[in-house]
Amino acid sequence: MITIRIPPTLRTETEGASTVEANGETVRDLLDDLTGRFPALRERIYPQGELARFVNVYVEGEDVRTRDGLETAVSEGSTIILLPAMAGGC
Amino acid sequence: MAILIQMSTRDRIREISAEDARRRDALLLDVRSDEEWKVGHIPGALHVPLSQLEARLPELLSDRSRPIVTYCAVGARSLRALTTIDGLGYEDAVSMAGGIVAWRELGYPVESDSRLDPEKRERYSRHLLIPEVGEDGQSRLLETSILLIGAGGLGSPAALYLAAAGVGRIGIVDDDVVDSSNLQRQVLHSTAGLGELKARSARKALEELNPDVEVVTYEERLTSENVDRILSEGWDLVVDGADNFPTRYLLNDASVWHDVPVVHGSIFRFEGQVTVFKPHEGPCYRCLFPQPPPPELAPSCAEGGVLGVLPGVIGSLQASEALKLALGIGEPAIGRLLLFDALSARLDEVKVRRDPACPVCGDDPTITEYIDYVEFCTAR
Repeated sequence: MITIRIPPTLRTETEGASTVEANGETVRDLLDDLTGRFPALRERIYPQGELARFVNVYVEGEDVRTRDGLETAVSEGSTIILLPAMAGGC
Repeated sequence: MAILIQMSTRDRIREISAEDARRRDALLLDVRSDEEWKVGHIPGALHVPLSQLEARLPELLSDRSRPIVTYCAVGARSLRALTTIDGLGYEDAVSMAGGIVAWRELGYPVESDSRLDPEKRERYSRHLLIPEVGEDGQSRLLETSILLIGAGGLGSPAALYLAAAGVGRIGIVDDDVVDSSNLQRQVLHSTAGLGELKARSARKALEELNPDVEVVTYEERLTSENVDRILSEGWDLVVDGADNFPTRYLLNDASVWHDVPVVHGSIFRFEGQVTVFKPHEGPCYRCLFPQPPPPELAPSCAEGGVLGVLPGVIGSLQASEALKLALGIGEPAIGRLLLFDALSARLDEVKVRRDPACPVCGDDPTITEYIDYVEFCTAR
């Protein structure tokens, strides 16, 4: 199992969960697994199987866009962080 | 007991008054620390800190018969120094009773190497004691200009700590007024200031905290029309505590074009992010987030709430990064985004790389003038 961290602004879509476990060998596998269980999340960040531009995905602290994108390999024990920008300074 | 009395009698014999010390044709030897010496010392005195006497005095003073008068702050260390000096073979050393305090009280001359006046040396003494800051660093801070975008949740702690640290010039851009719902976290403002412009309320608080600081206020919202004017007023760096995406993207583009580093912070509920954008050296905000989320996924604190202390943590981290940049010390969070989660008490870090295809700071920029930022942040 691999842990995916869900940002506070997307937790409505994960029924409040701040971390979700998922299975797979690539980031794409994980997103498929995750958004298959939370369809509202799929609509938000992964429509048509492509990652929305406003969300960054980090594998072991590296943005997957600087690695192999959705084909970036993940391994057991990896930590995945989903991260959209936050505006607040208030 | 007998021994103690004997010692104190002997010590008294080896002390002379400040008046006698001034009359005597002897070498005055200051045994205090470097910091104390800088603040003020007797003109013409030789300075060797007590702990270095054994190692350094023989090479500085080869004549063992030269009369010596040691002094320190009030006369205790200088008396102790005599034992070491005797041990080194000097024949005629005495200590000045009452130290430089007594000397000053008599109105005798004292000279100073310090660029900071005694009040500043006292106020910033805890900085002066840190080798990485010291007098050079503090003088640098006093000459540093830092602009804060927003005097709200993040701007409050950042402004307070920067002012307390003696940052010489602090600018505040904010067109908002103090509301009672702000006071749960915006520690710069107070109940008495309700309804007042935040920029004015902030100036009052900062000037009360530290009169060394010049506070410049901009009672306006940052826009494409005023950003060039504001950024060209000599700011060394910007602390971004804005509360909306259009301002953040506008500030990003302007800071790249004006070549001013931005210490970025943002917060929501229990979580916050901090990083430093240093134009051309590291990534910019657009490299990190090429596009803002749609408005429904970017609720403000007014819509989603925020733990009152969270901006205290994140704004203080921003102040810490700002001070490091101003001092040129440590490893600023350039190319690293720090993620703080108050609920799990965890601080994570992800890498942020400069994007060569970035439309603003990339190799072949496609955005070279201000755009309609509201449209950019709402259009889909």
